[in-house]
Amino acid sequence: MAGRVFGQPVLRNEDAWLLTGKAEFIDDINLPGMLHAAFYRSDYAHARIKNIDVSAALKRPGVIAVYTAADFSEYWKAGPLQVPPPTAIPDSIFHARTLIPIAKEKVRYSGEPLAVVVAESRYIAEDAFDDIVVDLEPLEAVIDLEKALEPGAPLVHDDLDSNLAAHVIQKHGNWDEAVAQADVVIKKKIVVDRCAGSAIENCGILVDWNDRKREMTIWATTQAPIPYRNSIASRLGLFEDRVQVITPFIGGGFGPKIMNSLPHDVLIPIIAMKLKRPIKWIEDRRENFLSTTSERNQLHYAEIAAKKDGTVLGIKDIFYHNTGAYDPYAMTVPLNTQTHTISNYNIPNYYTEINMVFTNEMVVTPVRGAGRPFGIFVMERMMDFLACELGIDPADIREHNLVNRHQYPVRTGIIGQDFVENVLDSGDFPKALAKVRELIDYDKFVKEEQPRLRSQGKHKGIGIVCFTEGTAVGPYEGARITVGANGKVNVATGISTQGQGHFTVLAQIAAEQLGVEVKDVNVITGDTAQFHWGAGTFASRGATVAGTAVYKAAIKIRSKAISLGSKFLSVPEDQVELKDGRVFVKGEPEKSISLGDIALKANPIRGTFPEGVEPGLEATDYYGPPYGATGAGSVAMIVDVDPETMAVKIERFVITHDAGTLINPMLVEGQIIGGVSMGIGNSFFEKLVYDDNGQLLTASFMDYLLPQATDMPPKIELGHIESPSPLNPLGIKGVGEAGAIPTPACFVQAVENALAECHLQINETPLSPSRLWELVQESMK
Amino acid sequence: MTNLYNIKLIVNGKEYERTVEPRLLLSDFIRHDLGLNGTHVGCEHGICGACTILFDGLAMRSCLMFAVQANGHEIKTVESLGTPNEMHPLQQAFHEKHALQCGYCTPGFLMSLIPFLENQSEPTDDQIREAIDGNICRCTGYQNIIDAVKLAAEKLVVG
Amino acid sequence: MKPTTFDYYVPTNVDEALTYLAELGNYGKVLAGGQSLIPAMNFRMSRPSALVDLNNIPELQYILPDGEGGLKIGTMTRDSVVEYDERVKKAFPLITEAMPYIAHAQIRNRGTFGGAIAHADPAGQLPAIVLTLNASMKINKKGQQRTVKADDFFFGAFSTALEPDEMLIEVLLPGLPEGSACSYQQLSRQRGGYAQAAAAVLVILGEDGLCKDVRLTLLSVADVPVLSKEAKKILVGQKPTQDAFNAVSEAASKSEIDPGSDVHATANYRRHLTKIMIVRSLNKAFSRAADARRQM
Repeated sequence: MAGRVFGQPVLRNEDAWLLTGKAEFIDDINLPGMLHAAFYRSDYAHARIKNIDVSAALKRPGVIAVYTAADFSEYWKAGPLQVPPPTAIPDSIFHARTLIPIAKEKVRYSGEPLAVVVAESRYIAEDAFDDIVVDLEPLEAVIDLEKALEPGAPLVHDDLDSNLAAHVIQKHGNWDEAVAQADVVIKKKIVVDRCAGSAIENCGILVDWNDRKREMTIWATTQAPIPYRNSIASRLGLFEDRVQVITPFIGGGFGPKIMNSLPHDVLIPIIAMKLKRPIKWIEDRRENFLSTTSERNQLHYAEIAAKKDGTVLGIKDIFYHNTGAYDPYAMTVPLNTQTHTISNYNIPNYYTEINMVFTNEMVVTPVRGAGRPFGIFVMERMMDFLACELGIDPADIREHNLVNRHQYPVRTGIIGQDFVENVLDSGDFPKALAKVRELIDYDKFVKEEQPRLRSQGKHKGIGIVCFTEGTAVGPYEGARITVGANGKVNVATGISTQGQGHFTVLAQIAAEQLGVEVKDVNVITGDTAQFHWGAGTFASRGATVAGTAVYKAAIKIRSKAISLGSKFLSVPEDQVELKDGRVFVKGEPEKSISLGDIALKANPIRGTFPEGVEPGLEATDYYGPPYGATGAGSVAMIVDVDPETMAVKIERFVITHDAGTLINPMLVEGQIIGGVSMGIGNSFFEKLVYDDNGQLLTASFMDYLLPQATDMPPKIELGHIESPSPLNPLGIKGVGEAGAIPTPACFVQAVENALAECHLQINETPLSPSRLWELVQESMK
Repeated sequence: MTNLYNIKLIVNGKEYERTVEPRLLLSDFIRHDLGLNGTHVGCEHGICGACTILFDGLAMRSCLMFAVQANGHEIKTVESLGTPNEMHPLQQAFHEKHALQCGYCTPGFLMSLIPFLENQSEPTDDQIREAIDGNICRCTGYQNIIDAVKLAAEKLVVG
Repeated sequence: MKPTTFDYYVPTNVDEALTYLAELGNYGKVLAGGQSLIPAMNFRMSRPSALVDLNNIPELQYILPDGEGGLKIGTMTRDSVVEYDERVKKAFPLITEAMPYIAHAQIRNRGTFGGAIAHADPAGQLPAIVLTLNASMKINKKGQQRTVKADDFFFGAFSTALEPDEMLIEVLLPGLPEGSACSYQQLSRQRGGYAQAAAAVLVILGEDGLCKDVRLTLLSVADVPVLSKEAKKILVGQKPTQDAFNAVSEAASKSEIDPGSDVHATANYRRHLTKIMIVRSLNKAFSRAADARRQM
């Protein structure tokens, strides 16, 4: 369906500004009279607050104000949930304990703010920390997920009976039946730990309260400007239109920037109102690790029931999910785990149970993958354990169980993060697997190369996995397209952008329909004064959902242009066509009118104006899918393990991915490769480590390792499959999280395969050379 | 009560004279005192490389120097390379190869690569990976950056 | 993460620097390359009251022959200058081999040879290198100068023989005798990252094919770089064989090192890696020594 610009690898509109250092990021914005905030944070993860004395801090020159919970009176209250509870799932239990703006009475995670200092510079604000005297009574920290639910465990929330934040059971079919019919049942405990978003730009906010106009302007690094505006307006008792949230260029999102109820989101605006001066807060790297959300651990007790021939009859999975000290994002992450465990395969019987647990760690909210990687990891490991038990090749056993392309739409019977049944809309999983198998020469490697290499003492291994990625979920997005008198086009939408190329892909969609140049389409994202209806950028939905809204608005513009153009050309509508930014009389190309001139003529400043017509050339439309579009694919990799040091080198990496119709193949590839680099990080480098006291031991780049250029395979090889989604007219699907989802599962399989003589049954991720070595030592006992 | 120091330095070919506190980091000075926002701050402990600038022609972390230490020296930031209408061949190559997504780390990469490309006319993939190993990118996975550097090397030879 | 305030002194010659240090005593701290000190200050883990900045003293940046086959390196010589110096490569290829492991080029452009040695990070490469090469440290204070051998310079983690009013001026690297060869081996999680285990070795192979001397230093496995006594005991006067190397690695890793566990690696793994580094470095060094002998 590639058109003139749609489906083409168009170079990005936004690049020149970013490359030359002219693009404006949050910390580049300065206002007269601006002050700087800094958060004084608790070192203890769990403690009762006896006293906070800020009097000395207030006396420090350059300090303007210091606030504690006591200073916020009624304004201090726990926020609303950012995501609704899972009431759509029968018998679900959910205890909402949302983020509080600042610690009061009790501290529940290391990094929770105790005070906010406002000063003339960030330097001085940090100096004032030395003046603050806190008296905290440390309490035992809740860290281990199973111990947290034992009777007598210390409570993260004293008003609850236990640390159980939520309990959700979902099932289809009958697991006990599956067991009864099975030839083999395998049980495994699997531990999956994930990661920080760790965008290179930390979070930031700048709030300007205009006391005379009673208007607030907020610049924020948020993935969801409209919900943020609405929630802060509500908190402050302001009408929504009196608050404007603007997103500047954002240096990476990856999930955590979706939050709008973290302490800085809630407190900086009220402080700006109190002090009547612009207040800026820029997070530093240590804070980003400590007190911005991340994804962490789940503990799974998984079982797989199957026939001798490898047909999987059922999966049972009881798992514990660490939500951290609060649960503002409800159950998005673990619900994604539930829906994505079996989503590649025909599994007639499935029982899955979430025990969501409060701990004294930082809050867990989605990070690229958003819970899906857990499910994929568990399923792919269970497939591998089954394959090993039955003596079946890992690729073959997957092929045997994959959903095939005639089965769509597949109704899974499991409710997902959008509170409707997870439906697989389209795809061709067997083709994706076969393509990857072919691209990496899987059979040749397994049958010929690997035995030869083994005989030479080399430890090379291969892994092959399948994954799905639910994308482009609702509720909806909208777009308004306006053609200017100069013929240039403005597209405004409510999502925000963190590098995905929205300024180009959304322009491509509009440009294709209107016949203008992509560079002549100006896309505005993330400014609530420009567009104020929408949910935000998450779940790989931006290009698909907002893109479809842009498409629909563009279709309306086409229709208006034809109608107005034909009128201005004095011919019937069926005698004109729209091409190259002009409305032509068919067969008489010299009789035409440009879109710009139509816009101009349709907005007279004198005379009369027809009834039932809107001025100018502008249209707004919305799009909301009934459920998300299914991205999917397969990954294979070949690794070389040094048996002495357990260093692992990825020699080949192949991924096929189905993102439906591609708006811009170059950008899609960029997203996939970027996701893979994060997946590689999650597999072998990145780990957030909390000790038993809830202290975060990895709060800098010295300890939290991001992949470098030399950590990547020589080339990430991409294969594309296109199963257009039936859910939207362009057939597009999301792709942002693709690379991050399957990589750890494939990495573990490949490493296990490389060390086949050790008969490892690796049931954890991430790995490291040290951890791998320890596992090998244990296996030799 | 802190002492303030007068400093004189050349930034992007222009001479500046300022008064600074000794503890003011060079990265903050460049960004806020000089208003050159292209140099970005990612970690303030010298690992991410987003703050990389040229100091007397050598690539260095501006977050690991104090502004006072730049007194009498010459600094180049990303703003010295080109403008949106007239980009440096390296910037143009990044554009053509989709070597940036959010763009936050990009100025640091560019400044690390300028001295590298002065000494390399046909760099191999491995040489490029080593040259950019001190810059972290969270978005691109580095693959397109490597392609961009190869293209830039070609462009710079042709002239 | 902004540093705390400090008084700032920027001398233009050594004498001025020493005067400041004498006046400041415990309150003063030397600022060399700053690539280790400034991150610590940004984290507010280090809060010096006063900094004496040595970056404006050109007389401290030099690499000069000592007239006897060795080199004298001024303390403020940038790591990258040392890295690419031809005389260093010729006389002390161990240094040239180890330099690329030190962080990244951008750090080495500012970091200094002497700074890393005075900083004495247990995971630092240069302290181990200079210990292996039997270097001497020229230390000055106001009106006084002394020389301390590397063997006696490193006291503990981030702790050396330097008194608060003293400054490291120069590192003297004595010329290596005939039959010398070196090897540096390091393993880290990522290129440019901290060593999880590393070995720097200087061997001297006699005409008779026996080991005349060996200086094997292990880093990242104790508070200070460890010069292995076991290596001397087992190898000196003996033929350098694979069995001998294995014996050294067993003995050294058992009794001479005390690696810790951290988020990246367990103590056992570090011990295991150290053994590998010992064997690899001894193999490489003796093989180079044998090649050099053959070419003579």
